[in-house]
Amino acid sequence: MDIGLAHYLFVAAALFTIGCFGIFANAKNVIIILMSIELILLSVNVNLVAFSAFLQNIEGQIFAMLVLTVAAAEAAVGLAILVTYFRNRGNIAVEDINQMRG
Amino acid sequence: MLAIAFYVLAAIAVISAFAVIAARNPVHSVLFLILTFFTAAGLFVLLGAEFLAMLLVVVYVGAVAVLFLFVVMMLDVDFAEMKKGFLQYLPAGALVALVLLGELGLVAGAAMSVPVPIPLASDGQAAVTNAEAIGQVLYTEYLLVFQLAGLVLFVAMIGAIVLTLRRRPGVKKQDIAAQVGRKRSEGVELKDIRPGQGLG
Repeated sequence: MDIGLAHYLFVAAALFTIGCFGIFANAKNVIIILMSIELILLSVNVNLVAFSAFLQNIEGQIFAMLVLTVAAAEAAVGLAILVTYFRNRGNIAVEDINQMRG
Repeated sequence: MLAIAFYVLAAIAVISAFAVIAARNPVHSVLFLILTFFTAAGLFVLLGAEFLAMLLVVVYVGAVAVLFLFVVMMLDVDFAEMKKGFLQYLPAGALVALVLLGELGLVAGAAMSVPVPIPLASDGQAAVTNAEAIGQVLYTEYLLVFQLAGLVLFVAMIGAIVLTLRRRPGVKKQDIAAQVGRKRSEGVELKDIRPGQGLG
């Protein structure tokens, strides 16, 4: 059986769903939430590359590269915020992060 | 052979992705995240996107995952306690996940019926490599976007440094500006000392 575009779309859909579910299931752990976001961005990359390959259009891979860049930047800034928060509060419980609520 | 490779990689990717969110120990989560990225890179190779696959390994495994690992090991948090509210959001999360999976599966199933019998990129003309093809488009048509991506990384770098830089009050540090800006008048003092007497 040939591997078609839909197979890759199914894998990406599964990764995306797992990422979304991870945000809900680990609502208390910021680090797992950040990892779930990485999973979601990875699934988007799989979609982009699959379409790029099957439509013979290299531009999809360029957009995948940009998504990769943004994911790396997001991880760096998110973890920096996490480290600063931990330094100030001594824990990283998500429920307590409502100090800036008006 | 391609089909076997695809199914093995896809299964490993999905299973390890689930292990990321299900693992009790966050260090295990990070390690499973690395496995997911590796298998996704394998899928990219199957699709003929070798350059992006290598980029995925370098950026995600080499930088992002190690960053996660550092932070997880640096923060001394009781992760077992955090798992306590696991069931609180589970029904809503499961509902959203199921609906999402159904929708995305519907779209993917529809894509299966659409006649797109286009072969994989690696099977076709291999006159120009994947990296060359990307470079030919990236540095011409998408030059501005490429530079903007660099700007995003730059801003993120500055932001991360500014966020994590701290000055503790009790610690003495070298202040080079103060050293260089010192004048003779405030550094040297002349005293007229009489013989037989000390500095009173």
